[in-house]
Amino acid sequence: MRPTAKTAGQQKYLASYFEEEDERLALADGSRIGVIGGGPAGSFFAYFLIKMAESVGLDISVDIYEPRFFAHRGPAGCNHCGGVVSESLVQLLATEGINLPPTVVRRGIDSYVLHTDVGQVHIDTPLQEMRIAAVYRGNGPKQSEPVDIAGFDRHLLDLSTKVGAKVVRKLVTGFDWDHGKPQIRTADGAAVIYDLVAVAAGVNSHILEQLNSPAMDYQSPGTLRAFISEFHLGQATIDQWLGNSMHVFLLDIPRLEFAALIPKGDFATLCLLGEDVDEQLIESFLATPEVKACFPGAVVPTPVCHCFPRINVRAAVRPFADRIVWIGDSGVNRLFKDGIGSAYRTAKAAARTAIFRGISKADFEKGFWPECRTLIVDNRIAKLIFGVTTLIQRLRFLRRGVLRMTAREQREAGKHRLMSSVLWDVFTGSAPYKEILLRTFHPVFPLRLAWNLVVGNMVRTEHKSVKESRK
Amino acid sequence: MSSGGMGKTYADGEVIVRQGESGDCMFAIQKGQIEVIRRGKDGEVRVAVLEEGEIFGEMAIFEREARSATVRALGEARVLTVDKKTFLRRVQEDPSLAFNLVRMMSRRIRRLSGEIAELQPGSAPRSQDTLALTDAERQIERRKRPERRVTKDRRSGGNRRMDAERRGGAAASARSA
Repeated sequence: MRPTAKTAGQQKYLASYFEEEDERLALADGSRIGVIGGGPAGSFFAYFLIKMAESVGLDISVDIYEPRFFAHRGPAGCNHCGGVVSESLVQLLATEGINLPPTVVRRGIDSYVLHTDVGQVHIDTPLQEMRIAAVYRGNGPKQSEPVDIAGFDRHLLDLSTKVGAKVVRKLVTGFDWDHGKPQIRTADGAAVIYDLVAVAAGVNSHILEQLNSPAMDYQSPGTLRAFISEFHLGQATIDQWLGNSMHVFLLDIPRLEFAALIPKGDFATLCLLGEDVDEQLIESFLATPEVKACFPGAVVPTPVCHCFPRINVRAAVRPFADRIVWIGDSGVNRLFKDGIGSAYRTAKAAARTAIFRGISKADFEKGFWPECRTLIVDNRIAKLIFGVTTLIQRLRFLRRGVLRMTAREQREAGKHRLMSSVLWDVFTGSAPYKEILLRTFHPVFPLRLAWNLVVGNMVRTEHKSVKESRK
Repeated sequence: MSSGGMGKTYADGEVIVRQGESGDCMFAIQKGQIEVIRRGKDGEVRVAVLEEGEIFGEMAIFEREARSATVRALGEARVLTVDKKTFLRRVQEDPSLAFNLVRMMSRRIRRLSGEIAELQPGSAPRSQDTLALTDAERQIERRKRPERRVTKDRRSGGNRRMDAERRGGAAASARSA
């Protein structure tokens, strides 16, 4: 049954915080909220919803449905993701009072190394500070030693329980409507009715299919298959070969959009994104000399753990209806980057709307959808930027120019780092794609790029000097 | 400290921000303690000691003023820089981002108000972390001695004499009237 604001079966209409109108769907004292999924989106939603409810004096209860404890090593306790918390998100979370302790951050990242077939360049963070966090979503890869660490998802889930959310350790098997209110069914046959449900199940969950009904306008997001694997290298090897840098590869391999090697504790996580990544693509990538050069003896070890998770590459259609909202991966995401940042943004927008506006479809359209629309518009610009990146991947003379320009900016202190800042933000996902694009409109940018294209391709010995720029 | 910490590690006594410098960022303490030092006419005064989880330097985000105090690490401390640009870009999309900052600033104002109200002239400051609200203390003392300002004329001798003559003349003309 599809709920509406004026369903006859609804005895009590709730008033929103600002508008005391009758017949309005909003949370009130005693309201129950169900969250499907205890990943970052679900935990952020619960955390902010409770904090905001507290600030306006609203007494609500929040149940997070998450069967996993995130305490098992390997896939059983993992949420299958590259596990990078972007520079901007680390800062925003600190502003919100959410700090990431060393038990959660497996490595602080302070720089990027861009690898291409014409050389490599080291791009430092402007402040020489660890502001990117490499984290495990679960409790570490298979075969990892049991050490005193906490996965990122577990850390956020604990934060939300500290502020009062309750974690229900049950698998959600069904969803329905009861007199206009959403109902969550679990594997043990129990069914609980809520005033509001937030779906934060991710794109790899079966429950999304059930919500893909014509009764609601929601259509689940478009996805691509990615590849994530873990290599056990040991702390000393990681310090020596990868350091505190995230290694990004711009290689001319068909169907490959983005590849990164991320150091974490004793392990390095390899993350490949592209057009349905398969074994053939993985093999061609691992066989390149640029990738082999990142490992001792130029030998890529056998991964101890790997998965092919699906990632959100096209926004869900209408991720909201009366009394239900889709957040994180199951709604709208940033293209290829900063998935955890998107979870934070959409979860917080949904919580803000639920507390300060209401929980009807119209409320979510006014309060929650603009945040999603911003991400969608930015993703359109991202497609343009990734189109240019693909062009650079395909054309060697472009790679030479880009690499030369970046290397010279990094070498010369005080020089305005135009290309470095563009590459930094494209890789880290820290700035909106629109802002990155606008930065390339700086009058000096095309001139400097053109000069470096000419010189970089005339003087082939530059290859050597670019390699030397690595610290 | 482990390689897993966020931000930058400062050694004991290392200056994180310096009073009088311009600033375009604020800071979040990830680990350890820092002390806030205010330099005045009478030397340095420790204004506060802040701990893990607290934010400082936020005034630079909202005002275009120079740093109002020096901040130093008290023991080894790890501090994360939050860029003004990152914060302002996001806060105009999500004003609730400022809730935590406003709550924190509100707590500080409440604490300082309480301490000013309870401050007795000549007594030691109430809490250990706010070691000296010396400026406030001096102001209270000044307010409690208004007679000094009235009775003590600090003007130069010439001005004092001229004023006395003016007042004397006015009184004489009033009497004659």
